[in-house]
Amino acid sequence: MGELATEKHVQYILSVEKKKDDFQSVVMEHLRMNGAYWGLTALDILGKLDTVDADEVVSWVMSCQHESGGFSGNVGHDPHILYTLSAVQVLALFDKLDVLDVDKVTNYVVGLQNEDGSFSGDIWGEVDSRFSYIAILCLSLLHQLDKINVEKAVNFVVSCKNMDGGFGCTPGGESHSGQIFCCVGALALTGSLHHVDKDLLGWWLCERQVKSGGLNGRPEKLPDVCYSWWVLSSLIMIDRVHWISKEKLIKFILDCQDTENGGISDRPDDAVDVYHTYFGIAGLSLLEYPSLKPIDPAYALPVDVVNRIRLGKRHAI
Amino acid sequence: MHGRPRKPQKPEEAEASAVEAAKLQNLQSQLLANHHQKNYAKEALEVSANLLEMNPDLYTAWNYRKLAVEHYLKESSSDIVSIEAILNEELRVAESALRQNVKSYGAWYHRKYILSKGHSSTDHELRLLGKFQKLDARNFHAWNYRRFVAGLMNIPEDKELKYTTDMIDTNFSNYSAWHNRSALLAKLLNQKAEGYFPMEKVLNEEYELVHQAIFTDPDDQSGWFYHLWLLDQTVKANPPYLVSSWPPHSFNVALSRTRCLDNHTPSPFCSFYSDSGTIPLILYFDQPVQGVDSSSVIVKSTANLRDLIWKPLSKCNRDTSKAWISHLTFPQEELNSEFYSVEVSIGHSQKIASATGFHHVKPTQISFKVAVNFKETPSEDFGNERIRWKDENFTSCGISPHNFPFGSDNSTSEGDYAPSTSEWCVETINNEIALFRELLSETDCKIGKLTLARLLMAHAATSPHANEMIQLEEVLDLYQDLMKFDPSHFHFYKDEHSLVLLQKVTSTRESLLRHCYSYKEQTSPYIDSTACLRLNNLSISRIGCVEKILWVQLLDLSHNELGSIDGLESMQLLSCLSLSNNKIGSFTALEPLRLLKSLKVLDISYNEIGSHSIDTTRYLFSSPLSHSEEIDLSSDEMATNCTDLASYWEAYFLFKDISLMQLDIEGNTISSESFKAFLVKILPKLHWLDGKQVQ
Ligand SMILES: [Zn+2]
Repeated sequence: MGELATEKHVQYILSVEKKKDDFQSVVMEHLRMNGAYWGLTALDILGKLDTVDADEVVSWVMSCQHESGGFSGNVGHDPHILYTLSAVQVLALFDKLDVLDVDKVTNYVVGLQNEDGSFSGDIWGEVDSRFSYIAILCLSLLHQLDKINVEKAVNFVVSCKNMDGGFGCTPGGESHSGQIFCCVGALALTGSLHHVDKDLLGWWLCERQVKSGGLNGRPEKLPDVCYSWWVLSSLIMIDRVHWISKEKLIKFILDCQDTENGGISDRPDDAVDVYHTYFGIAGLSLLEYPSLKPIDPAYALPVDVVNRIRLGKRHAI
Repeated sequence: MHGRPRKPQKPEEAEASAVEAAKLQNLQSQLLANHHQKNYAKEALEVSANLLEMNPDLYTAWNYRKLAVEHYLKESSSDIVSIEAILNEELRVAESALRQNVKSYGAWYHRKYILSKGHSSTDHELRLLGKFQKLDARNFHAWNYRRFVAGLMNIPEDKELKYTTDMIDTNFSNYSAWHNRSALLAKLLNQKAEGYFPMEKVLNEEYELVHQAIFTDPDDQSGWFYHLWLLDQTVKANPPYLVSSWPPHSFNVALSRTRCLDNHTPSPFCSFYSDSGTIPLILYFDQPVQGVDSSSVIVKSTANLRDLIWKPLSKCNRDTSKAWISHLTFPQEELNSEFYSVEVSIGHSQKIASATGFHHVKPTQISFKVAVNFKETPSEDFGNERIRWKDENFTSCGISPHNFPFGSDNSTSEGDYAPSTSEWCVETINNEIALFRELLSETDCKIGKLTLARLLMAHAATSPHANEMIQLEEVLDLYQDLMKFDPSHFHFYKDEHSLVLLQKVTSTRESLLRHCYSYKEQTSPYIDSTACLRLNNLSISRIGCVEKILWVQLLDLSHNELGSIDGLESMQLLSCLSLSNNKIGSFTALEPLRLLKSLKVLDISYNEIGSHSIDTTRYLFSSPLSHSEEIDLSSDEMATNCTDLASYWEAYFLFKDISLMQLDIEGNTISSESFKAFLVKILPKLHWLDGKQVQ
């Protein structure tokens, strides 16, 4: 089995940050805030966050904030809850949450909760259980969870539960690993995991592991490195991760590395991107791969960052 | 980002890509400029349309178009023709974006947004969906959109169900269709809609359909989960019933307020010590129920008992639970050595109900006697004895089967502690067993083995019978087989195997008695009952069947492979527990102990606490991480120990509610001197730590 090409991946992530002119970079320009979160969290897990200039990042992040309190995916774009979370997570990585006007961000997120407990992604009203997770996580990091109706939020997430124990994006929607991660995460953060049928969902999730060792996102689909994160973190939150073969999955992720130029792809021999690079590295961290910082399965941030925020003396008072 | 091959670009490709990139960049800058200037002129709109065709995920461009729509709708508020023109143009842009990328969230939502304005033909939408669903029958965006359109058009559920039948008939391997089918069918059954009642008839047809899928290709997962769901519906269609209780029916319990009991103890299993003159009363149902309270459970006694408060025995779920607890407090001023009789009856009201809405209807009565022994004042001298879990401290003699609190053979009327399963349910499970045996005789497949194992367990649960042992043996063999057959999921089968093994051990009085020992140190200050259940060295990785062993006060689970102790929270009488030499990975895995208020002695030596960087029970544990517990820095001991608290918060939350007297922790990575000093601080009643007396 190969080894994790740490140095190459660091170089790759740093190069993506600078590359702005090729087609893929232009296509993804509007979600640069997500990209920043993926790249920087991956660097932190690799122990290399200090290779970036924190002040520069923080000032760029803050330049994406709007009057409403929400953040956009890049300068000039519209605010959305997806990028608001990434912005808060990036600031959390650098221990810079204090630059935020907490009330302003909180009001933005609180304003997106609907009567039925669900959350819209922005003012245009698209509803998705992903946004419930994002809202809960965002407020959790800001110590403001009590500002929303948590009970209703939880009830909406539970209403997205299916016969297979998984969750969909709205009530009746098919189970999908990414969506399951969001819903299980939302329930984990609100102490509501008793709503999950752990054995049933655990079986569905562990059956995502295919012969190659990789994980797919739904039955009868191809494996993909990003599901290493969605499926693994869900399995960990419900204490069923021992139901898959960790060794085989580690091998699959390592096989998806570009050992020459750095980066990780969805499947072996596909083109790499920062998204799959992050999910590959985060997945390896969840698999306790040596010398990686442990990542928290619900907050999707390094454990030391989460503990500093949630268990630290400063905020506990 | 998905499915692009990794290969260096040829120079001409790089050039073409650079041209495209520049074009896209240019359109994006124009879009943002128009957006910021609120420029909704025709040419500006065209820029956004062209842009979205190239990059359908560009959410700001969709927002811009929505603003433009609002702008133009305001202008042409009454002119239906121009309104339609505006909306149709949006549908066209969204459609061409979807042709570019059928998974674009923004494009699908734009379509929904326009449709909600009520100006499009929903028939057209269904035709369009037909095209998309033919291209990719599993596209979940398309399925979601289909549900949205069906809702908008009020298409009846059974018509949509027919659509899933058609999709499944075309190709069994369509998990999305099976999923949608389960959602629709659940609604129809719930409404008792015409043609969907009685449920039994409908479920029989569904079994037929899913058999075709599974038997056509047993390795295709599409039908697996649907079949399990059907089985669940079949079993859940039975009312909940009481599987066990503590005290069990017709038992004599000796309750003492002093540590030393008299010789007239009725049975080593049923003597119980309580400082406050209180015994727990536990009701254990076959499935989680709600509605257990002082009106649904009538307790009559010759003692003057106060009104009872019932609580579910699970940490976070406040509404439903299999196990419920209340406390009987016996009057203190009365004379000692008196027998009080207690009668508990349930089933007179419809209040106790399962999560699926079935009511506990069968009248059930439990009666027992409590001998209260108040004659001496509690002794404060807890002596210097400690519990030792070595083999030589236990003897198998001295345990007589007489007066053994074994649930199922102590019932008054026939049927107490027994299910009332419908004939249809039993018959269905038997049919399924026969069918899957047939499948396995033709082909060796894992879903066949796994389903047969599950069916046999369902059979055992719904109709307890004489050959249960033989069936349990068969299930154990099936799981053994699966561990070899499908090694990637070894531990899934191993966990299931453990549950079956425990069921076997606890299924008869004789097999359970083989694990009962007597603790030789009769005068130990920590225990009142000397009966110890030893389930050590069984290689179990999970705990089950606790309802059969609610009476246990000393439990030895050492030398197993336990990573979790879920279920143990129901064993409210536990005072001494050994989990030594298991695979407990963190303190958070011990959450169930927080509910065991009688626990005094705990051995968790030689586990894996502190060895893992990832904690798999971090979120199953109440803590500030999940907003289910706050750090209370106002308490004295914490104010001085903040650094310790940050590193040992799991131990702090676990132990702060248990008053342990003896703890063994050696052989864990976390067990350093500073950690032990921390433990001594947070456990003020601790007498023994790792075999040494605490000063
Ligand atoms: Zn992927």
